Amino acid sequence: MAFEPTAIKAVSASVTPAPGIKNVPEVIKLIDVSSCIGCKACEVACQEWNDLPANVNRPFFGSYQTLPDLDWNFWQLIKFNEVQRDGRFIWTLAKYQCMHCGDPGCLRACPAPGAIVQYANGIVDFVQENCIGCGFCITGCPFDVPRLSPTTGKVYKCTLCSDRVSAGLEPACVKACPTKCLSFGTKDQMLAQASYRVEQLKAIGYDKAAVYNPPGVGGTHAVYVLPYGDSPEIYGLPRDPKVSFVDVWKGGLRWLGNLVIFGGIVGAILHYLRFGPRRVPEEEPVEAGAPPRPAEPVPGDGGNG
Amino acid sequence: MTNGWTDIANADVILAMGGNPAENHPCGFKFVMEAKRKRNAKLVAVDIRFQRTAAVADHFVQIRAGTDIAFLGGLINYALTNNRYHEEYLRLHTNAPFIVREDFKFDEENGVFSGWDEAKGQYDPTSWDYEYDENGYAKVDPTMQHPRSVFQLMKKFYSRYTPERVAQICGCSVDDFLKAADIITSTYPPDKAGTIMYALGWTHHSFSVQLIKAAATLQLILGNVGRPGGGVNALRGHANIQGGTDMGMGYHNTPGYIPIPKAPHQSLQQFLEAVTPKALRPNSVNYWQNMPKFVVSQLKAFYGDAATRENDFAYHLHPKLPEDPATGRLENWSWAFIFDHMAQGRVDGLISFGMNPVNNGPHTRKVIYALSQLKWLVVAENFMTETAYFWRPDILATIGKKPEDVKTEVFVLPAANFAEKSGSFTNSARWAQWKWKAIDPPGEAKADQEVVGRIFMKVRELYQKEGGRFPDPVLKLDWWYTNPYAPSEEEVAKEINGKDLTTGKQLPLFTALKDDGTTSCGNWLYCGSFTEEGNLMARRNLDDPTGLGFFHNWAFNWPANRRILYNRASADAQGRPWDPSRPGIVWDGKRWVGDVPDYPATAPPEQGWGAFIMIPEGVARLFAPKGAFVDGPFAEFYEPLESPVPNLLHPKRSQNPVAVVFKTTEWDRLGKAEEFPIVATTYRLTEMFHYWTKNNPYLVQLQPEFFIEMPEELAAEKGIKNGDVVRVISARGEVKGRALITRRMRPFTLNGRTVYPVGMPIHWGFIGLGRQEGGAANILTPTVLDPNSFCPEYKGFLVRVEKA
Repeated sequence: MAFEPTAIKAVSASVTPAPGIKNVPEVIKLIDVSSCIGCKACEVACQEWNDLPANVNRPFFGSYQTLPDLDWNFWQLIKFNEVQRDGRFIWTLAKYQCMHCGDPGCLRACPAPGAIVQYANGIVDFVQENCIGCGFCITGCPFDVPRLSPTTGKVYKCTLCSDRVSAGLEPACVKACPTKCLSFGTKDQMLAQASYRVEQLKAIGYDKAAVYNPPGVGGTHAVYVLPYGDSPEIYGLPRDPKVSFVDVWKGGLRWLGNLVIFGGIVGAILHYLRFGPRRVPEEEPVEAGAPPRPAEPVPGDGGNG
Repeated sequence: MTNGWTDIANADVILAMGGNPAENHPCGFKFVMEAKRKRNAKLVAVDIRFQRTAAVADHFVQIRAGTDIAFLGGLINYALTNNRYHEEYLRLHTNAPFIVREDFKFDEENGVFSGWDEAKGQYDPTSWDYEYDENGYAKVDPTMQHPRSVFQLMKKFYSRYTPERVAQICGCSVDDFLKAADIITSTYPPDKAGTIMYALGWTHHSFSVQLIKAAATLQLILGNVGRPGGGVNALRGHANIQGGTDMGMGYHNTPGYIPIPKAPHQSLQQFLEAVTPKALRPNSVNYWQNMPKFVVSQLKAFYGDAATRENDFAYHLHPKLPEDPATGRLENWSWAFIFDHMAQGRVDGLISFGMNPVNNGPHTRKVIYALSQLKWLVVAENFMTETAYFWRPDILATIGKKPEDVKTEVFVLPAANFAEKSGSFTNSARWAQWKWKAIDPPGEAKADQEVVGRIFMKVRELYQKEGGRFPDPVLKLDWWYTNPYAPSEEEVAKEINGKDLTTGKQLPLFTALKDDGTTSCGNWLYCGSFTEEGNLMARRNLDDPTGLGFFHNWAFNWPANRRILYNRASADAQGRPWDPSRPGIVWDGKRWVGDVPDYPATAPPEQGWGAFIMIPEGVARLFAPKGAFVDGPFAEFYEPLESPVPNLLHPKRSQNPVAVVFKTTEWDRLGKAEEFPIVATTYRLTEMFHYWTKNNPYLVQLQPEFFIEMPEELAAEKGIKNGDVVRVISARGEVKGRALITRRMRPFTLNGRTVYPVGMPIHWGFIGLGRQEGGAANILTPTVLDPNSFCPEYKGFLVRVEKA
């Protein structure tokens, strides 16, 4: 990551760096769901920009959705849900990816020093060189976003194109979006644009339209405009995400956390070297109309390579 | 498009019907979203299934495939009976006040217009005409009250299309129809404008031309043609298909929509008389009266110095459409006829460029059989295609043949793709936009003009050496390029624009063309694209002083860099815009300003020239006279050739009586509803582009496998689960694919009977990445054509579905 150190806000399992003097504005990717046509340009732009291999032989599972869920090589996914709402049939098309939380559960949970970085502009990025493949970030993420690669044993997710953003460009998905469903800019600009669009939607009859920027995770740097803002779950978004794992970690059990930090980390690494990485949790509720999730093979020796 | 992509953003109402722009034109669809965001525009989607456009529409109506004319007829009737039409516009800019001959009739019981000859199976269109005065001009009644005025005839004609009847035919609810009608006809006041976006969902029918005419009729009634935010907008399916059409890609015309001469036109004089129309009203500009200038300049471009005034500008070298000795009719070499002739063994060889007829269809098996009758086949392509490989065992097995049965010699020429060659693309909006090569083609792949150039030079060499029956058209063709083996794009573009042969200078515009042989011009519509100022197609200036998205300094917009066709109709009789906030052109006291006027630029409105300068009447045609279309002057609803139900308007005549139906091969068969009760339609997906992107791993991942979309109710009845392999069978053949079960497609109730729809995308076949297991949807489609455009009926045919 070619970011200058002064632009870093937080680093996993490390002391927080001294604050820089530069005034770095926070950035937001705004997703106006009412303008999404499900064209998947964002999905492909993401893979191409990040040189991620395509899943050419992926199985057909009876949906327009590309994959049942995010994958280590697939960081942006438009979820297609068929929903009945207020006597009206709707086909929700909503992009899903890392939310770049203000209070990132992944970073809090990560025991590997320097594996997860939060930049001052709000981007939460994974530094694979430092990743130990333990999967704590997966457990810590209230949005179920990070994915472990069975071949590299490292965890991957959307970087909000931190490389492009550091060069003054918008993320690849935003660049590719043909309908301006996706916008990118400073937090102030994007939140103002989101509020304006919500008012527009309310004026044409979507009286529950709302901005989705959940406070339980400290706000996010991927913010949504939802036409049915009272039902985020129809778009595949959790209703009230919280960094619950982190509350425990940083709250009453802080002494335990310290113990882990100072003594347990070695044990944890040995444990995972012995037993391999954690599986991706599968108990997550299936959305209305969402395709079933096929069992994903996770090789037992993943993470040892 | 009458208008353009950027102009969609000016609309108050957008009807997406016969097309799925969010799916198939996602980049252009940004202007729909802009209209919604900036103008609060309403989007109505009408389709056979709830698709991507419907997902962002304000109102969606599901109709049965092929019932679009009934729906549009219902909208016309709704507008006329509820006084939701723009009366002043109708009087001024359409033929609504024209008086029609007394013997014109429509037989409502038998579903045919006057002049029908049952024995010959065709119409005599003599009665489809106006009454004329002593000067040969059509009679009009400006009050539009005359019982035989076009307005009154139209009103009566469409009075049969009541909301209830529409609902019965289309299989939608009356309420859904009425809500759509209310939104769509809300643009009738002068200060409102609505647009229609359509694509192959309208052109793929045995009544496709009439369907688009119905749409044009609706837009004229609402006063929406020629105006910013209005129009009838065809969304073209390829980056340069509009350019191909403009350049005479069809067999029936040469570049610039100049008709191809026919066998009886033995002299240039005879030809010009036949194709140059005469004005039907005293105030008609009748711009096609300049046809002789366009034709002579084109002959000069084709044959150069060999075209002289003395030899009728080499007209004797110009191709003429022959009469078929068997029938006495003119030969037809449109797409499906080419393959029909081929199947009959009448064609020795085929050069196939940039297409894949085995998959394009209709009726894959007939195409494969036709190719097997060829002596030779040349395929110039980026990738190996089913057409180049038609002799492979798995493909030939579909017609019960083996490779050893086929004698066709096949040559494959590697061709450069769009990014590997420069040139121009003409988009749906008629913008000719220059593009620059991004990378060199790989290996021995060559740009099209080099493939053509090399073949031409070799053929010419053979004619020079060996002579031949008629070598002159080849020997005397003006092949003047610096490198005749690979003509440069710039030289070709300059030739298309044309030049003044006395000065050698590039022509500024088609108004400079002459019929005396002193100008040459390959295509009059593109005259003005490459002038002495340079290549105007390469312009990239985003200035938009009116804020209406005209972008006059971006690329070149044929004709004359005009962004909205018929834009004189955006203003009233005094030249004042119907909507002052969205003026097309305005009379400023001296000239028309705004867009480039589609009108004499300095003719004051008092002179009263008609706004529709290309039409001999000078006004738009609600009633298309004189056999302009072979199947009637008004658009009437007919069922598809394969239909599950009789036509409720006239059960005695359910289908278009003059639709073209082939009966050549054993696969030219039509199915009956008893055996094939399900209505099927083919379509395209946003993830794929025809049969080309199945070679791109990223896109294959997005849609990996051929699937059949079906309603939950049908799946339950057949015991089919989501993702199961199913067989779809038509009278022509069968395909296997995966079931995609959805609530986005619902069963129809027609005459108390349940009729199921299914749909399938076309993008799979035998060759490419992912699972290519012969799931080519066109194995199922019929060889049935529209009688005007000869476009096949890919939409609305009968199948049955079984669990495999």
